[in-house]
Amino acid sequence: MQLPQFEDIISRLGKGQTWSFSGGVHPLGNKHLSNQTCTVRPPLPEVFIVPVRQHIGTDGKILVSEGDLVKKGQPLTQSSQAFAVPVHAPTSGTVIAIGDHVTAHPSGLSETCIQIKPDGHETWDSLEVSTNYTELDKRDLVAQICNAGITGMGGAGFPTHIKASGSKTVEFLIINGIECEPYITADDRLMREQSASILEGIDILTHLLCPRAVVIAIEDNKPDAFEAIKQACQSRSDIHVIAVPTKYPAGGEKQLIQILTGREVPRDGLPIDVGVTMFNVGTCFAIADAILRGKPLIERIVTVTGKAVERPGNYWACIGTPVNHLLKVAGYLSDKQSQPEVIMGGPMMGFTLNDAAVPVVKITNCLLVPADDELTHGSNERACIRCSACADACPVHLLPQQLFWHSKAKEYDKAQDYNLFDCIECGACAYVCPSEIPLVHYYRKAKSDIRVERDERNKADKAKARFEARKARLEREKLEREAKHLKAKEARLAATDNKASTSSKDKVAAALARAKAKRAEQSATADTKVDTKETAPTANDNKKAAVAAAIARAKAKKAAQQASQQGDSSPAKTADTADNTADNSADNTVTTEPPQDNVVDAQAEKKKRVAAAVARAKAKKAAQQASQQAETPPVQTPDTAGSAADNSTDSTVTTEPSQDTVVDAQAEKKKRIAAAVAKAKAKKAAQEKNK
Amino acid sequence: MSMTVALITVGLLALAFGLLLGYASIRFKVESDPLVDQIDEILPQTQCGQCGYPGCRPYAEAIANGDEINKCPPGGEATIKKLADLTGKEAKSLDASHGEEDIKKVAFIREDECIGCTKCIQACPVDAILGAAKHMHTVLTNECTGCDLCVDPCPVDCIDMVPVTTTTSSWRWDFEQTPRGDIPVKMVS
Repeated sequence: MQLPQFEDIISRLGKGQTWSFSGGVHPLGNKHLSNQTCTVRPPLPEVFIVPVRQHIGTDGKILVSEGDLVKKGQPLTQSSQAFAVPVHAPTSGTVIAIGDHVTAHPSGLSETCIQIKPDGHETWDSLEVSTNYTELDKRDLVAQICNAGITGMGGAGFPTHIKASGSKTVEFLIINGIECEPYITADDRLMREQSASILEGIDILTHLLCPRAVVIAIEDNKPDAFEAIKQACQSRSDIHVIAVPTKYPAGGEKQLIQILTGREVPRDGLPIDVGVTMFNVGTCFAIADAILRGKPLIERIVTVTGKAVERPGNYWACIGTPVNHLLKVAGYLSDKQSQPEVIMGGPMMGFTLNDAAVPVVKITNCLLVPADDELTHGSNERACIRCSACADACPVHLLPQQLFWHSKAKEYDKAQDYNLFDCIECGACAYVCPSEIPLVHYYRKAKSDIRVERDERNKADKAKARFEARKARLEREKLEREAKHLKAKEARLAATDNKASTSSKDKVAAALARAKAKRAEQSATADTKVDTKETAPTANDNKKAAVAAAIARAKAKKAAQQASQQGDSSPAKTADTADNTADNSADNTVTTEPPQDNVVDAQAEKKKRVAAAVARAKAKKAAQQASQQAETPPVQTPDTAGSAADNSTDSTVTTEPSQDTVVDAQAEKKKRIAAAVAKAKAKKAAQEKNK
Repeated sequence: MSMTVALITVGLLALAFGLLLGYASIRFKVESDPLVDQIDEILPQTQCGQCGYPGCRPYAEAIANGDEINKCPPGGEATIKKLADLTGKEAKSLDASHGEEDIKKVAFIREDECIGCTKCIQACPVDAILGAAKHMHTVLTNECTGCDLCVDPCPVDCIDMVPVTTTTSSWRWDFEQTPRGDIPVKMVS
């Protein structure tokens, strides 16, 4: 379809003509209830409850802590990313609590709120005013809008600075003063009372976005507001003030674009895709307040209306004012309601509050307190008679009864095939339904179910991806480890081969030593009970031999390992030298050992051996445990653990030249330390392997 | 004569299509078993192993090979129903020997009690626990699937399974339970 061209649209708007959207309903306005009196500023409540997140997007970072004194307009949170908008202190006072409090959400769930007890002085924070905003950098101006905490005041609460910093060319800047929902008169009163400020806000937006045309749209059931804006724009030929025929939901963003420009926003698109950017009149006022007067968004007009309040009207409510405070100011008549009921928002799209302590937030435009006979609640639901009145009323060309069937039967796939998510939840279908089916209820439930399911699905996909990544990583590590072990094994084999060919003499010596050691061991165990004096020399000799053999073995093993680690760089030689040094040291220990206190020494020897064995066993166990945990047994871990244990035995053996029991006790202690070190080393090695 | 022509023509056609089909079956051969993927899509991906298989995909493969569909406690009845729809098997109630359906939970480490032994890190199937040896560990709540596998290995029992609280973003409209959260839709005219 050819979109209407800019010139056509302008000429049509000049003649006061508009397009229309299909569907829509004409509910009773009931606006006269609240739009007769001027906006009133209520007294301060006992406590303000400021939710940290009041808009679409993420929370800012909280800047205050409990007990802090804050001034009016002082930022309570800081915007840390594009979609985060700060909130400000609505008055001066003390922060008495930061924590969960029930907020303006149909679930009645709690969210993080900052509670402020007013001191009654209303001391302002220092205000930064930029009257010469045209000389400012546009980015600074946008940052100022963001820092003032301005979000869309119409209902959705989209952060304004994001819309105001668009880089695409804007043909139409549309200012939405429609306020199509029954009962609500907040924008109506604002336009009547603050038309000059609204115009200042529009000027700032015009400066930022440079649109080709500015259109202010006001529904024709608000003639006073229309006149007020028209007068304010008298000398401004560039601003078109258009009266739009009353029809619900003409105030919807996409519907209003269609009415004014004849262009339809694509279903997945944004208004900017058809060259339009739209702001609510309340948003324009807030921008003017923020830029020209330095005041952040800390108050807004709230309509308190319905037949169950004595003085329905509009109130300048600070953000964070509890609903029950406003109701008290407006004169709540409890005898008009069989059970207390307050609706936040209008009768078509609002929701019933769970708790009267809910605070007013940036998007709260109305508190409706209906008398018992004022609204129906869909409790007389009857069967659908397929009259298709809902389809005629739907402003977005959906088939509400199909959506209803599928939503009710929880056939969410089919409901999505019928474009459930294009539903704007305006409630026109439910309004016309002769069977009084609360259709929007079913859609909202279906939508929330689908959203939660989709989140769960996404989470499951993420879990799957992480699980598979982990599996792949473990597999890769296992292969790497195996390759490493293979290489080490080859190197070891090569080293032993070389040693076999070059140092057969050493080997023979080692074998001899081993044989000796074995014999010594046997005789040592056999001779311990025999007369000490007679066997003393032999025991001593045996012991010496055993020590020498053990040292030799340990050194040989160590040398072999060193050789294998060093690879091919003359492994035989290192092994040789190692063996030699081992022999030498063994000799040294043998020669330096004084033959005294043989019995004690033999016992100590035994103890030492036991300690070493225990250390080795422990190290092995640790290694095994570690390998079991990793599912893939690291082959080398026991090896290293073993060698560590060997080292420890080595060290215990070398500490041998002790003479009396005191020295022995010290040696014992040393042994223990050595064993612990060995254990720790083995564990660490195993862990490293596993990582 | 015309009979023979007809027979030959049909025969040739049959041969041509036969060749075409034969070629297509080789050319467009499906490598993996799509049924396994579909089953795996339905499973909740907690990787908890309560079904007796080491992860969701092995169980999906087992189902494709004829195993029972009621062994997944985290998925619960909803998963069994979906699996029954997909495989054409009868939807049975959950096999109690593999555990019972429970509310969604996530692991939480009491950090001052953690000794930094890394055992839970090794047990976690989705790498949702962060920490190093002898340093405190913590759970990435957003990544935790609530599989329970980290609870047993902990030598000091400092891991709790905490039920997931509903937030305003994960809340579902429920008109039976919260009639006060209802929305008005119509005005008396």
